Amino acid sequence: MTDPLYSILIAVIKAVIIFAVILQIVPLLVYFERKISAWIQDRIGPNRVGPIGLLQPLADVIKLAFKEDLTPQGADKWIYRLAPVLVYAPAVLAFTVIPVGIDLQVASFDVGVVFLLTISGFSVYGLAFGGWASNNKYSLLGGLRASAQMISYEVAMGLSIIAIMMTAETVDLNEIIRQQWGSGTLGLLEWNLFKQPIAAVVFIIAAFAETNRLPFDLAECEAELIGGFHTEYTGLKFATFFMGEYVAMITMSGLMVTLFLGGWSVPWVEIPTSPSMVDMALSIGFFSVKLFALLFFYIWIRWTLPRFRYDQLMGIGWKVFIPVSLVNLGLTAVAGVLGWKWLIPLP
Amino acid sequence: MANPPGAREEKQERKTATTDPRKKASFTVPVAKGLINTLKHILRREPNTIHYPDEKRTPYPGYRGEHRLKRDELGREKCVACFLCSTACPAHCIEIVAEEAPWDDREKRPRLFNIDMMRCIYCGMCEEACPCDAIELTPVFNIPSRTRAEKIYDKEKLLSL
Ligand code: SF4
Ligand code: SF4
Repeated sequence: MTDPLYSILIAVIKAVIIFAVILQIVPLLVYFERKISAWIQDRIGPNRVGPIGLLQPLADVIKLAFKEDLTPQGADKWIYRLAPVLVYAPAVLAFTVIPVGIDLQVASFDVGVVFLLTISGFSVYGLAFGGWASNNKYSLLGGLRASAQMISYEVAMGLSIIAIMMTAETVDLNEIIRQQWGSGTLGLLEWNLFKQPIAAVVFIIAAFAETNRLPFDLAECEAELIGGFHTEYTGLKFATFFMGEYVAMITMSGLMVTLFLGGWSVPWVEIPTSPSMVDMALSIGFFSVKLFALLFFYIWIRWTLPRFRYDQLMGIGWKVFIPVSLVNLGLTAVAGVLGWKWLIPLP
Repeated sequence: MANPPGAREEKQERKTATTDPRKKASFTVPVAKGLINTLKHILRREPNTIHYPDEKRTPYPGYRGEHRLKRDELGREKCVACFLCSTACPAHCIEIVAEEAPWDDREKRPRLFNIDMMRCIYCGMCEEACPCDAIELTPVFNIPSRTRAEKIYDKEKLLSL
């Protein structure tokens, strides 16, 4: 059992299964996004390909695969090819530390949160390189905006995670989840969403900026930048960018579920010490339900809000979120010293 | 005339909606309002669109689609080749060549009557101009073709529609 080969094999199997599942969620998510946007806009949405349009994402992929693969003149070829991978890979890598079931993750680190932050920060290189290498002024502007935006929001995001680490007194994600489990009538209030409401709000909004989703998707705004950093990308390279964006969304939602919504645990349901297969499946189910709820929230926001102006984006980031999360850190410290569990002491 | 109901409130609302750019805007309330609104749409799910090729919309009366030339009771074309339609046509897409009419009640009839449907803007001016009520726009709107040449309708085609 302790054979290193055996543990490597287990790790590989876990990795393959989890990656395969994420890759299956992406088309599903694209389908949901198209359907929900259609409902919001009083349309019908995709319903032609396959039963109730479920095969539409497949058709999209096939279409993209048959598109001509262009490299613009004067583009920096290697960086141009590298950029989509640099967006996609960190998003997938970051997912490895997110526990999807009871103690079930591809790579269990003691420093899960820190690793996640580091890795997800890498995707900015993909956007910046893509913008730079395409030899197109709009792409370059998109890339610049992406980097500025991600750097600013990473600060706020990091600060709100520090607040969580302070209340949890650990950086192990499974431990953080265990601490959010509660029994009794007020079990739900053990969630960090209620223990750390300010951090939660800041984190959720920063996550939108971090994944370049709509109210903050200035890097690819169609109106001024004709697609921004991916203007020049076609075919499967574009598809990789696209997938990267969606995987980043899944990863961020997974992280939010873990940090704020109690991860795979559910209040009132006892966490078994030696989980059986059924417990495992149930915990994965709880995680997925929460994950999809958050993904729905992402999509819902996207089709509700218009894009922010660039100065508004930066203003919110630097003048609101960073001070607010700093104050929150101070409050958390005080609460920690006083031994309060919640920032606002509950009766 | 009194304003239609609601117009005044709308005007007032617009006034309050324009904020002073120097004033700090708060996003919370508008964002929440927007989210509630879109959620209502998700839950209501009453699409305004239709499954087009399966379900066809009935055009409204007065819809301006493809043209046709009308015939009189004797089965002759009503058109007397007066060129008023081609003069009125803002897109210059009606081409008429006249010839002597073999009938006593009119001097001319068209030998050639071509309408270039690709240039036509479906404005209906030809129908307005025609003194003999000979040309008319039908509500037919789904008129695809594979070549441009097919879209130049000649007299036979227009009469047969
Ligand atoms: S509908 Fe307008 S554009 Fe078309 S043929 Fe008649 S007058 Fe010309
Ligand atoms: S206006 Fe009427 S009658 Fe005159 S040429 Fe045109 S279709 Fe014929």
